[in-house]
Amino acid sequence: MKSEKITRYVLFAVSFIILLIFAGMVFSLAGGAIPVFKEYGLKFIFSSDWNPTQGREFYGALPFIAGTLLTSFVALLICLPLSFSTSLFIAEYYHKTRVAKFLGTMVDLLAGVPSIVYGLWGFYALRPVIISLGLSDQGFGVFTSAVILAIMIIPYATSLSNEIITMVPNELKEAAYSLGATRFEVIFSVIFPNARSGIVASYILALGRALGETMAVTMLIGNANIIPKGLFSTGNTMASLIANQFGEADGLKLSALIAIGLLLFLITGIVNAIGKYIIRKMS
Amino acid sequence: MKKLFFLLISVAILVSCGQQKSESSGDGSKKVTITAAGATFPMPFYNLAFKKYTEETGLLLTYGGIGSGGGIRSLKDKVVDFGATDAYLSDEELAEIPMKVVHIPTCIGAVVIAYNLPEMGDLKLSDKLLEGIFLGEITKWNDEKIKLENPASKLPDMNITVVYRSDGSGTTHIFSDYMTKISKPWAAKVGTGKSLNWPVGIGAKGNPGVAGTISQSVGSIGYIGSEYAFAQNLSYAMVQNAAGKYIKPSNESISASAKGEIPADTRVMITNSTNPEAYPISGFTWIILYREQAYGGRSLTQATETVKFLEWLTGPNAQTIAESVHYAPLPEKAIELSKEILQSITYEGKPLLK
Repeated sequence: MKSEKITRYVLFAVSFIILLIFAGMVFSLAGGAIPVFKEYGLKFIFSSDWNPTQGREFYGALPFIAGTLLTSFVALLICLPLSFSTSLFIAEYYHKTRVAKFLGTMVDLLAGVPSIVYGLWGFYALRPVIISLGLSDQGFGVFTSAVILAIMIIPYATSLSNEIITMVPNELKEAAYSLGATRFEVIFSVIFPNARSGIVASYILALGRALGETMAVTMLIGNANIIPKGLFSTGNTMASLIANQFGEADGLKLSALIAIGLLLFLITGIVNAIGKYIIRKMS
Repeated sequence: MKKLFFLLISVAILVSCGQQKSESSGDGSKKVTITAAGATFPMPFYNLAFKKYTEETGLLLTYGGIGSGGGIRSLKDKVVDFGATDAYLSDEELAEIPMKVVHIPTCIGAVVIAYNLPEMGDLKLSDKLLEGIFLGEITKWNDEKIKLENPASKLPDMNITVVYRSDGSGTTHIFSDYMTKISKPWAAKVGTGKSLNWPVGIGAKGNPGVAGTISQSVGSIGYIGSEYAFAQNLSYAMVQNAAGKYIKPSNESISASAKGEIPADTRVMITNSTNPEAYPISGFTWIILYREQAYGGRSLTQATETVKFLEWLTGPNAQTIAESVHYAPLPEKAIELSKEILQSITYEGKPLLK
């Protein structure tokens, strides 16, 4: 009985600490962001002008919000077919075979590669490919970053999807087979409807990861503080801007960067909330 | 319950250990460590000089290359013994800091215009060309205007990619200060600053980042601290100075730019020098520190060692090191002034140097 109580207290204390950390982060971000919102109001979010030059200071976050959303959603689009087929391969077609286990480990390994290594690979290997395809002059831009991001988020989407697909009860599948369903039909009328909400959840998790990725994007997006003109144009993301300019910043600029941090926090929160909503609707 | 207490107590002990440790290293007992942070532009020089000084005296020195603005902020936050910057503090910035800050110049560096064009000889850049390229008005390497200044060169039919610093930087400050002096459209559209609103191009982080991007991107052009171009074997342009001559950055041509007047507080920009032998995009780089060294619980030893080191850094031994990594040594006038400034530094009102 005693140990029961202790466990409860410890668990309560630890989860309370997490809540406290979360509240503290929101509080300090919001506190730091006040000056810039006081100065510009909502113009801070909707203006596309970012000018840190002394005497003509103006800070608008729109280019970075646009850059972040664009790179992340394009990354999600690229990642979708790749990771969905990989999950089916590992969890359904070749489930429990040696090939699937090997592939599963490889995909999980992708998650362990530091983002700077992805950045380097993108800089030295992917960029020349983009240049030689004639997609852009120097290979920097939204598309290059999105491809790297897509590779980075594949393990997040895949491993969770795997778990969920293997969790679909065998009885259901066998019943479908015994009714004469083909494998294709089993996947799309038994597995997918059953695993739908979990699969969506795994992609939301992956998207959240893409939104906040910093280092690899900084190395490839071109760091131009403009709204991207297209898929192959340069741009910048919120996380990358903060990483680039934080060391130098003070005064209003520091406040603008903290406010961008707060916005990124909010956007990630909103994406997660939408994801939860979709999952609830589906299940 | 016992277990919980044990856990809490061990956490408390751990935390208090951490605190004690950081306190004892910050306070000057016997082993003094001098911490500095700031500009990346003079970092090749500082890295060598700091190492040499540690070898000679045993004093531990650390330098963090976090950018000029970072150096200024670190000094404001009193987390370093001195900061380093390539852009001197403006009168407003000085007024914002409650304590008096002094500037000590340490060497002169050039900002070179590096480019990546294989099979291209020396590129010559006039004021108009710099303006056109960096404002995005000249977009092709085989533009007639570039051909006019470089008739003998093979200019490719290729887009120009401008590479700039994505982080705030003293290098950007020196470059934009020069651009503002030579170009009215630049002054109107972009101006001078440590970070700017760039009309064209791509950003890369730090001097090493820009150098790396240029070396990996054919058709690119950008500005970097000279040592980074030399180290990476990048080609760099001859720039037309105020007298109309095309000058290559070299120790002599960089030194020549500092032959003019230097004010008593050494805060001066030396870009666009009128000296006909001078390379026009160069600048001093400074150490900044508080005139009154007794602050934030710093010991007398800590303060004395700081000032002693700075005296050495502006002395002949260190200046030779600067030359070995392609920075121009300080002119005599600047050395004289920095000596005077160092002598004015006090601890509780008493001067630290005799």
